[in-house]
Amino acid sequence: MLNRRTLLGAAAGALAAPSLVRAQDLPGVTASELRIGNTMPYSGPASAYGSIGRSHQHFFRMINDQGGIAGRKINFITYDDGYSPPKTVEQTRRLVEQDRVAFLFNPLGTASNSAILRYVNQRKVPHLFLSTGADKWGNYQDTPWTIGWQPSYRTEAQIYMKHMLEQKPNAKLALLYQNDDFGKDYLTGVKDILGSRFDSMVKVVSYEATDPTIDSQVVSLQASGADTLLTAATPKFAAQAIRRVADLGWKPLHYLTNVSISVGTVMEPAGAERGIGIITSAYLKDPTDPGWANDAGMNQWRAFMQKYIPDGDMKDGSFPFAFGVATTLMQVLKQCEGNFARENIMRQVASIKDLEVPTLIPGIRVNTAPDNFHPIRHMQLQKWTGTTWERFGSVIEGAKV
Amino acid sequence: MSASENIPLPAGLTAAARPSLAGWQRGLLVVAGAVVAIAPAFLLESFQLFQLTTAVIMGLAVLGLNMVTGYNGQISLGHGAFYALGAYSTAILMSHLDWSFWATLPVSAAVCGLVGYGIGFPALRLGGLYLALTTFSLAVAVPQILKYKAFEDWTGGVQGLFLVKPDAPAWLPGELTSDQWMYFVAVIVAAACFLLCWNLIRGRIGRALMATRDHPVAAEAMGMDIATLKTRAFAVSAMVTGIAGSLSAVAIEFVAPDSFSLMVSITLFVGMVVGGVASILGSLFGGLFVIFVPNIAEAISKAAPGVIYGIILIAFLFILPDGFAGLLRRIAGRLRRRG
Repeated sequence: MLNRRTLLGAAAGALAAPSLVRAQDLPGVTASELRIGNTMPYSGPASAYGSIGRSHQHFFRMINDQGGIAGRKINFITYDDGYSPPKTVEQTRRLVEQDRVAFLFNPLGTASNSAILRYVNQRKVPHLFLSTGADKWGNYQDTPWTIGWQPSYRTEAQIYMKHMLEQKPNAKLALLYQNDDFGKDYLTGVKDILGSRFDSMVKVVSYEATDPTIDSQVVSLQASGADTLLTAATPKFAAQAIRRVADLGWKPLHYLTNVSISVGTVMEPAGAERGIGIITSAYLKDPTDPGWANDAGMNQWRAFMQKYIPDGDMKDGSFPFAFGVATTLMQVLKQCEGNFARENIMRQVASIKDLEVPTLIPGIRVNTAPDNFHPIRHMQLQKWTGTTWERFGSVIEGAKV
Repeated sequence: MSASENIPLPAGLTAAARPSLAGWQRGLLVVAGAVVAIAPAFLLESFQLFQLTTAVIMGLAVLGLNMVTGYNGQISLGHGAFYALGAYSTAILMSHLDWSFWATLPVSAAVCGLVGYGIGFPALRLGGLYLALTTFSLAVAVPQILKYKAFEDWTGGVQGLFLVKPDAPAWLPGELTSDQWMYFVAVIVAAACFLLCWNLIRGRIGRALMATRDHPVAAEAMGMDIATLKTRAFAVSAMVTGIAGSLSAVAIEFVAPDSFSLMVSITLFVGMVVGGVASILGSLFGGLFVIFVPNIAEAISKAAPGVIYGIILIAFLFILPDGFAGLLRRIAGRLRRRG
């Protein structure tokens, strides 16, 4: 019997059929929509980073208000993974297989992205501009569908070494690193630059994240007679190292990973005056730096915040970060010129030329190539004055390895 | 446990009190169960099948917890540790020594059983809340132990280990995708464990376990060896949860310390209470709940999924104070009265 329900069902089926066929051809792309997938820790131990995902949602709302991209509105689908790798696998499979997104954009977390690395590369789903600083995302030979964004820890170490060799060509370096993938990236970066001189120039000591203190490590580094120190430690240990170095009366040229430069959690607990002269690096404009008060790029970001996230914390560095990544993605989508096939997206991802991003420090540009999956490879150094970080010198490039 | 008066005896014990099912009815039930278990593999899309696979695995892990907490009254907040141990046993054997998945199962079960047996001894002296805290500290310690330098060559440290799902064997008719086969592997292993546990609970040992839970003094006076019972209950329980961990390692194809945070233990506990304390079938419902309800919560509110999850959880505890299993029992009771 023909009734209303069967009629409606048939109509819906007829409407759905053509779009299903098209979805088979180009996942996530219809005549009016481009679907983008993302996972973020909105809950759990890393939920502070959730503001990155929040920023993206509003950023793409702004793009849609401005007419979208190539005649299509962006449908940004973001799920909570609670910073748990198994949950990331589940949510990523939901995005790829059920929501049929065109690609994944800016998922957060080193372990979370490791968990889905093989899946997305087997399925050939673009896995773009991850929120993690590990170096392995630049491995274009083995994982050609995955690319990072921010300078890797390894690039950062290369930059410190270049600066050190310029200042003190005959430096004796003490390297203190945390024994995990974060710390080991610094070790690799130091080796990249020093090469065969590594053994004669460097004294290496590592510590475990579970160690109560790193006092003995600092003492043994000082005893080696080193005049330069590179500390690749997470905030708690960085504060201990700064304090210990000062208490020993050791005055090395001190480089500190930019993971641990928070004033509130590192510099003040260590004693603000103890850290004077410490050098670290930056690639994003710090929203609290008065130097950027009238900067055109930061004003563009502030206008976005005022209109779309009026209650967002203007001191939270996650927002300029998110704005920068999303701007980079828009450049890729523009270069696609309406062809959102996954192969073409990856082709465009690997051909970004000298892109200026509003929230990056002037002189730092985004560059990629088929054999360069490290989009940002420049940083500027900054020095602790006792109250704030002050940028100095020109922008330095990491090594080509 | 004070709640134990409310916990009804499992179906098998009361069978004599009610007219038992006829042979053909029992056969029909088994066939229906098999159809319900097999059908999803051919009806669901691969992502939904993957979710269902993880839910079955979670259900098995909850069953393990139920054996010791539900039936034996020893509260454990640390079963995530056994889950991690099972997952890592399988991952290490598969990725370092190239073992097949099936070969790793008995090893993982044995390792978890032994460690569980060892944990059972301090548990003898620590009752109730103290035991809960002791096991809790085990769950807190595990992710850090996994990162420890001395084991790093084996555990992969923070980087974790990758492994590959088993492929469907060639002799099977038809083409099974790896997701379909993984689902069958999980269902077959879980069904075997559920059957064995059900058998254990239905018999003499099961009655002894519950007697120790409900009235240890009386149980001892009846001649039961409480120490042996409690330690062995812990061993069986750890073994079942460990097997679930092994399955999860191959289903996710990745293990890392971050995968086994404290939340896993809490999740198992939630699954047990929602599914039904001291219920075999309820464990399966618990597994479904902890996998699917957080997604429902997120669909309702992106801003505060935790709040919605909490509300759903509280609502469930009010509406179904004795879990899904209790609901089923009530429905069955009503049907029988009518019949």
